[in-house]
Amino acid sequence: MTPADLPGTLSNYVRGEMDDWLSRYPVDQKQSAVLGALRALQHEDGYLKTEKMDAVATYLDMPPIAVYEVASFYSMFELEPVGKHTLAVCTNLSCMLCGADKIVEHLEHKLGIGLGESTPDGKFFLKKEEECLAACCGAPMMQVNHDYEENLTIEKVDRILEGLD
Amino acid sequence: MPEEQIQLFINDREVHASKGAMLIEVADQHDIRIPRFCYHKKLSVAANCRMCMVEVEKAPKALPACATPVAEGMRVYTHSPAALDAQKSTMEFLLINHPLDCPVCDQGGECELQDTAMGYGEDVSRYTERKRVVADKELGPLVSTDMTRCIHCTRCVRFGSEVAGIRELGATGRGEFMEIGTYVQRSLTSELSGNVIDVCPVGALNAKPSRMRARSWEMLQCAGLSPHDAMGSNIYMHVLRNTVVRVVPRENDELNETWIADRDRFSYEGLHTPDRATQPLVRTARGWESSSWQASLDVLARKIKQFSPEEVGVMAAAHSSLEEQYLLQKLFRCLGIQNIDHRVRQADFTDQEYMPLFPNLGQSIESLEHNNAVFLIGCDIRLEQPMLAHRIRKASARGCQVVALNSRDFDFLFAAQVNWNQAPQAWLQALSEIVKCIPDNELRDLPHELKEIVEQASPSMYARHIFELLSQAGTCSVFLGAMLDSHPQASALRALAAVLARHTHANFGLLPQAGNTAGAWLCGLLPHRLAGGVPNPDAGLDTTAMLAGPCKAFVLFNLEPEFDFANAPSALEAMQEADFVVVFTPYVSESMRSYADVVLPIATFAEMRGTYVNAEGRWQTADKAINPPGQARPAWRILRVLADHLGLEGFTHESSQQVLEEIKVQTGETTGFEGRLHESKMVQTQADPEGIYRVSATPMYAVDNVVRRANSLQQTPYERSPRVAMCEQLARELGVLEEDEVRIVQDGRAKVLKLELDPALPMNCVWVQKSSRQVDELGNAIAPVEIQRLDHD
Repeated sequence: MTPADLPGTLSNYVRGEMDDWLSRYPVDQKQSAVLGALRALQHEDGYLKTEKMDAVATYLDMPPIAVYEVASFYSMFELEPVGKHTLAVCTNLSCMLCGADKIVEHLEHKLGIGLGESTPDGKFFLKKEEECLAACCGAPMMQVNHDYEENLTIEKVDRILEGLD
Repeated sequence: MPEEQIQLFINDREVHASKGAMLIEVADQHDIRIPRFCYHKKLSVAANCRMCMVEVEKAPKALPACATPVAEGMRVYTHSPAALDAQKSTMEFLLINHPLDCPVCDQGGECELQDTAMGYGEDVSRYTERKRVVADKELGPLVSTDMTRCIHCTRCVRFGSEVAGIRELGATGRGEFMEIGTYVQRSLTSELSGNVIDVCPVGALNAKPSRMRARSWEMLQCAGLSPHDAMGSNIYMHVLRNTVVRVVPRENDELNETWIADRDRFSYEGLHTPDRATQPLVRTARGWESSSWQASLDVLARKIKQFSPEEVGVMAAAHSSLEEQYLLQKLFRCLGIQNIDHRVRQADFTDQEYMPLFPNLGQSIESLEHNNAVFLIGCDIRLEQPMLAHRIRKASARGCQVVALNSRDFDFLFAAQVNWNQAPQAWLQALSEIVKCIPDNELRDLPHELKEIVEQASPSMYARHIFELLSQAGTCSVFLGAMLDSHPQASALRALAAVLARHTHANFGLLPQAGNTAGAWLCGLLPHRLAGGVPNPDAGLDTTAMLAGPCKAFVLFNLEPEFDFANAPSALEAMQEADFVVVFTPYVSESMRSYADVVLPIATFAEMRGTYVNAEGRWQTADKAINPPGQARPAWRILRVLADHLGLEGFTHESSQQVLEEIKVQTGETTGFEGRLHESKMVQTQADPEGIYRVSATPMYAVDNVVRRANSLQQTPYERSPRVAMCEQLARELGVLEEDEVRIVQDGRAKVLKLELDPALPMNCVWVQKSSRQVDELGNAIAPVEIQRLDHD
């Protein structure tokens, strides 16, 4: 497969992201752009499709398995389809002390799913064991898609969920 | 340049080592044992298993010996309390997740982990928690997996990326969830994939065909040679009760290093098949009858004398041993028969006078690594000669540029590779363009047909690139492969390539294909040369000429015409029309029963002592590993007895050693690299440049009768169903679509095949994919064809 075959598989957005990252690294170290590429893929599809990872591998001149290795190493990447909105509650030390467990419990109860599961309507995904996201001063906190929501209370969580379509 | 030597002390013993060497290498050189799992001398250093911890004076903690370079005056202790403590702790950690299933593990008894645990582990495990379990991966027909046993040394991963040139295995997941695998389920496609079984220090990767067949301590290890390619790979056959259970590499740094190709490793399955010939068979008026050796050789001796010598054709396999080949040609020459040949896949014999003593690499196998440029012509080297390709891959990792003139893209898995794809009828033109770049006055010696073609050529960009690459490379090589051998204009192509090599000071390599092709040339298994390359004043016919008509009787030695011959259908027809056919064969096939009159069961390479000459002219002899089945016997013995039946003199050999000595007297142990192809005066330039040509290669696992019967190899992704491939433009012109069935007509024979599109194929040529188990009903591998659309109702 040559880069010319890619447009069918990868969107202009993903290719643009990859080219942007590629421009920041030496030409013989194309694999440096793999994290940026995978982030763009996940942003677009919600998870990493194998065919698209293969296309990324071709574009970056890597063996496909090397891309799978990166994808499976980082817990932030999803390898299976998940709900549209990702809710990742930090359960690390500071957040835990400030009541993260109650937030998780509330979310599980309200959405009727456990950690690591998606709601049957495909709207919400509750990420499992999210570790410290470096926002301890706003504990307890959670990441909603790309945004940080801090100083959470049960009411605030409900408001946030209502605001998501 | 001599490397700087330094002095250090290991266990208070003074040792000298090259600066920059790793401690573990130095310790190995001095037989000081340091336990290890991830370190392998042929692979990069990973330092991830932490087993090779040693104490180094002044270092605060134990250091991994595989990743610690030696230094002047260093004092190292491999067995001090601190070192042993570190090793023991590592061992305990490694065993946390490793199952204690040694009694049911194939690796048990020859396991690096088991041995090291015996030496460095505790008697009782302190670990009582749950062990992790990892799902097994399906990696195809050759490698079985028990991934729970994996200790993540990553040797198999590094083997893929560093040696095989294709990284198929990887470590996915992280921490406790890290797993070695392919992520998406697929078979390994590397032709060297079996080596991951050897590098795996535990029982995670095992040989699937021999899984659960035998325990390591029950088997006998017999040194042998692989006859399937021109490397002469050194192997060990592991034998249980007269059965070869598995094959592993026998280390030889000058040849196969610590590796072997899958073909060498798994071909043994073809040794033990139900169609082995176990007793002599003779065709009588009542049909096939089992016979005694005496009676069958009598029939043969009586019948063969009924034909005049010109009416008999003798054809033998190039993977037979030197002793067999030599006695065969000697015996039939004593009867006056000169139609003797082994070149069954060749199409053009015009330049045979000018060939070197035997086709060869033009250099040693080791020195392949030092090439800066390699030009391959008509050669899919990775599938033809996997281990030679491995050497070139090492060169390419150092920066060697590889250019290939073929008809389609072959992925050699080299770091740098340029494919120049031309239809086979255009190869002559392509080479002429390159030769045209040589200054004019240097081309006086060219035969005049070629001179004219060269003079009219105007070098394309590719041609100039290749010429400049070779001219400026310093050490470089031009290699002609199997597809060139089967080309109808091979003589002209060889002459041009030889001229090119001569003027660019490139090593000129005519790759011999089988394990003893070189030997067959040396010992006179040819119509035009006697043993030692002496010209035969009374030259006989080559294979094609023999099949074309005059022969009424054939002697087939270790061959199956429908698979081994360039032109399978005409070979088969010739056999069926012949009055008398004798086959010396390890296997009896249905088709043999249809054309043969006498079937003589012979031993395979594993069942007799035999000598093989490889691509660099190296003579190697290996003993037998097992006994031949039933009444099958080593062919040199059969030939010797046959000579008695024929009343011939000079066949008093009592051992194969005596045969070998006689051969050596006639040939000398020579490395006759020099040929005179560059001054070849007779070349074949006739071809129809307008029409469509077909190109095919013999599949990797179809090269000889043993490999074709190796079941597991036949299930790999390399075995494909027959089909025809062409580029889109040609398909459009012919009005056919992908997946359509099209009719191919070649030489009056027709076959319907499914169409596949391959954008890398040039116009006016189609690729006909051959299968190992189906006869190519069309004929020669490179020949003009006509493509017809099938009209559907």
